[in-house]
Amino acid sequence: MRKSSRLSRFNIASLALGLAFLYLPILILVIYSFNDSRLVTVWGGWSLRWYREFFNDRAMIEAAWMSLRVAVCSATIAALLGTLAAVALSRGERFRGRTLFSGMLYAPLVMPEVITGLSLLLLFVALNAERGFWTVTIAHTTLTMCFVAVVVQSRLGSLDRSLEEAAMDLGCDPVRAFVAVTLPLIAPAIVAGWMLAFTLSLDDLVIASFTTGPGSATLPIRIYSEVRLGVKPEINAICTLVIALIAVVIVIASLASKLSSSRGESAAPL
Amino acid sequence: MAHAAGGEAHPAAGQPLLRIEGVAKTFGTFRAVDGVSLDIKAGEFFALLGPSGCGKTTLLRMLAGFEAPDEGRILLGDKDIAQALPHERPINMMFQSYALFPHLSVRDNIAFGLKRAGMARADIATRVAEMVALVKLEGLEKRKPDQLSGGQRQRVALARALARRPQLLLLDEPLAALDKKLRESTQAELMDLQRRLGMTFIIVTHDQEEAMTMASRIGVMNAGRLDQVATPRELYEAPRSRWIAEFVGDINLFDGEFKLRDGHRLVIATDGAGTLVAAEPREPVGATKLSVAVRPEKVKLSRRAPVGEGSAINQLDGVIADICYLGGSTTYKVKLGTGGMVQSSVTNSARLDVDAYSLNQQVVAWFSPDDCMVLDR
Amino acid sequence: MSARRIFARPARFAAIAPYLWMALFFLVPFGFVLKISLSQTAIAQPPYLPVFDLAAGWTALKAAFAALSIDNFKLLVSDELYVFAYVRSLTVAATATALLLLIGYPIAYGMARLPKRWQAVAMVLVIVPFWTSFLIRIYAWINILQHDGLLNQILLALHLVNQPVVWLSTDSAMYLGIVYSYLPFMILPLYATLAKMEPALEEAAADLGAPPLQVFWLVTFPLSLPGVGAGVLLCFIPIVGEFVIPDLLAGSNSLMIGQTLWLEFFTNKDWPVASAAAIVLLIVLLAPLLLYERLQRRQLEKR
Repeated sequence: MRKSSRLSRFNIASLALGLAFLYLPILILVIYSFNDSRLVTVWGGWSLRWYREFFNDRAMIEAAWMSLRVAVCSATIAALLGTLAAVALSRGERFRGRTLFSGMLYAPLVMPEVITGLSLLLLFVALNAERGFWTVTIAHTTLTMCFVAVVVQSRLGSLDRSLEEAAMDLGCDPVRAFVAVTLPLIAPAIVAGWMLAFTLSLDDLVIASFTTGPGSATLPIRIYSEVRLGVKPEINAICTLVIALIAVVIVIASLASKLSSSRGESAAPL
Repeated sequence: MAHAAGGEAHPAAGQPLLRIEGVAKTFGTFRAVDGVSLDIKAGEFFALLGPSGCGKTTLLRMLAGFEAPDEGRILLGDKDIAQALPHERPINMMFQSYALFPHLSVRDNIAFGLKRAGMARADIATRVAEMVALVKLEGLEKRKPDQLSGGQRQRVALARALARRPQLLLLDEPLAALDKKLRESTQAELMDLQRRLGMTFIIVTHDQEEAMTMASRIGVMNAGRLDQVATPRELYEAPRSRWIAEFVGDINLFDGEFKLRDGHRLVIATDGAGTLVAAEPREPVGATKLSVAVRPEKVKLSRRAPVGEGSAINQLDGVIADICYLGGSTTYKVKLGTGGMVQSSVTNSARLDVDAYSLNQQVVAWFSPDDCMVLDR
Repeated sequence: MSARRIFARPARFAAIAPYLWMALFFLVPFGFVLKISLSQTAIAQPPYLPVFDLAAGWTALKAAFAALSIDNFKLLVSDELYVFAYVRSLTVAATATALLLLIGYPIAYGMARLPKRWQAVAMVLVIVPFWTSFLIRIYAWINILQHDGLLNQILLALHLVNQPVVWLSTDSAMYLGIVYSYLPFMILPLYATLAKMEPALEEAAADLGAPPLQVFWLVTFPLSLPGVGAGVLLCFIPIVGEFVIPDLLAGSNSLMIGQTLWLEFFTNKDWPVASAAAIVLLIVLLAPLLLYERLQRRQLEKR
């Protein structure tokens, strides 16, 4: 443990303020979702009214269902492809096209979404693909597999390479060594990657707006069009539900990372 | 995979088990191992000793199959295994980091190699129990590696590597992570284990004391080459080169020039210690530029010149310049009248030593010609 | 051949599927963006000309090629609206990134100085909002900042103002939203480098006579530069192309390039100009993108 330094009071203050800044708005939103009043700003007592409203809003429910399906599908494909990419990058040594490969994987992490969204749409139009569930899923997979790759790759990088050598020494060929030793050890990172991909997909507005077709709006698209018209209490309720869903996902992810840290390795950041 | 059951024909003790012939390995432009040839006999405890970066670990990894040599052959029995993959070799390794699988229990770690070998479930259980007993880990079978102490982990790694009954066990700095006391007791246990199992061990270490304590033969590596292969005693008392003499133990070195041969003795004029007389070494000396080397514990000190036998041969006058008390012995540094410096190590055989030398005291340092080694410069 | 090479061969096979995926869905689309940026707008489906039709034969293809033009790019350079949008995007991104660094650094520094146990907790606390939908977080701010929102209610109750202040549709609201959304992206890389730093280094500097502020400027800050670089790029690049935050929180009299692109595409249905805007944005961001790519590779592939 580090001895406390002279700066520590300043440190604690900046930490506390920073965390308050991050959490207060969300907290306020959650509280107001239980507000009975139609006016968002006037407190009318506790009520589940806006949750009922949401569950009676067919269009919203459909959009939520669409978002959920897209998030599960794209996160699953992204976890698979991202893990493969991470394995190739961290265990493949040098191979032809490696620089291009890593470039293609790292660029989408920061690429403005309007560019990614527009370019994917133009591809789908050129391929004459019908826009809807699958185009959004593909678009989200493309974005989120890069995040999975980074998470898994940093985990692979922190693994002791002699573990794989020990497995080979004890009679495994490389593929079996990977399955018997490496895969169980990176599993928590893959799970965390899946969660990250899931929430990113659930969250995305811009790319989905470009790549979806008429009649298949995702939840963020619907929320966005409502928000543009002003604040509605129902949106508070929907947002609270989404936060609750993501909180569940985070609990599972942190359990997974606790599992991984009990294996003597520090969990991958992000 | 017959070897896993320990069934393959094993050469009798003393017969060559492994032949390394002209093995070389280059990484980029760095020649890590530069033409090493070596025979390992069945049942011996062999140590590869050298400073870090000398190529000893690379050589070991080539035996395990993690690196393939660029040149040369590695014969196990009469089969060249130089290009075989690690899992195809009846050789196992104990890793410096132990490389215990963190997601598996002690039992599953030890059983790992047996499962790969397709051993029957019941046989695996028996073998694991046997191994657990061998390394005295009873009761810890269900623990995960991070619930074990450093010493316990080391034992699991050993048991795991031994479980397949390999023809050859490789140990890569196996004791480096242990503290001094534990290291010493583990050394004794490893030696005892090796003798009882009659197995062949190759250990890599940079610690010369460890190599001398444990190994029956030591190969000293320097800059990718095997400089000398000898028993610990030979290595210490008859190092082949000046480099080895300095690397293994402490030494007094006097550079000089060959003057004349007097029967079985050589007379050498040194820069720092005047004229010294040394016994003729086993291998004839070729060059005229030589060094006389003598171990500190062979250098005796007295207040006056000793009388009798060789009279005034190898007697050096000087004053005590430094005293280093080490408990069991004391090392004195003597500044010689002839300009050089000589170290003498004296056993502290009595608790109260009224005769101990003090700083700046006049002394005579002397040693027998038979204790002198003559080395090329 | 080495152990790594033994492993490398099967590992390379793993690259095939993600490689093809990224090539098809990330690399190839840029070709289409480039091609359409050189096309003409048309009232058709899809709304641009010429359309390449491989079935129409070679002469038709050649004619289509001849019809490509750089008019859209000329428009982007000559029309003040677009030039302003690019300049505004870059200034907003630079200002917001500077703010983020200023706010994020003390937080990351505070985290790195916590006892090890608490560091993990603090890290989770910083990451959690990042996992929460970012649209929701912007929306949460709209709740607070609107005309009769919580902020104005508090200010009025405290008699700090006499009438509600206009917060929404201002640049301050936009900066607030950007800082709020991107803060974790700045904190995490900073924290990663600061936490890895040997605490003895600061102690050594203090031991050698440096007062705390000098310890920070001469030792801590220079050593944290890789984290600063990563954080800055991780925020700056996406902010330049940001759409949602300026759209929801800033006024509509001056637009960022992400908004113009969106408008051209969705409102004006001018796909060629939108594509050209995307190409120019990409060119503007090329240098920081390459820098980020190098940093990321060095960080993930060091052994």
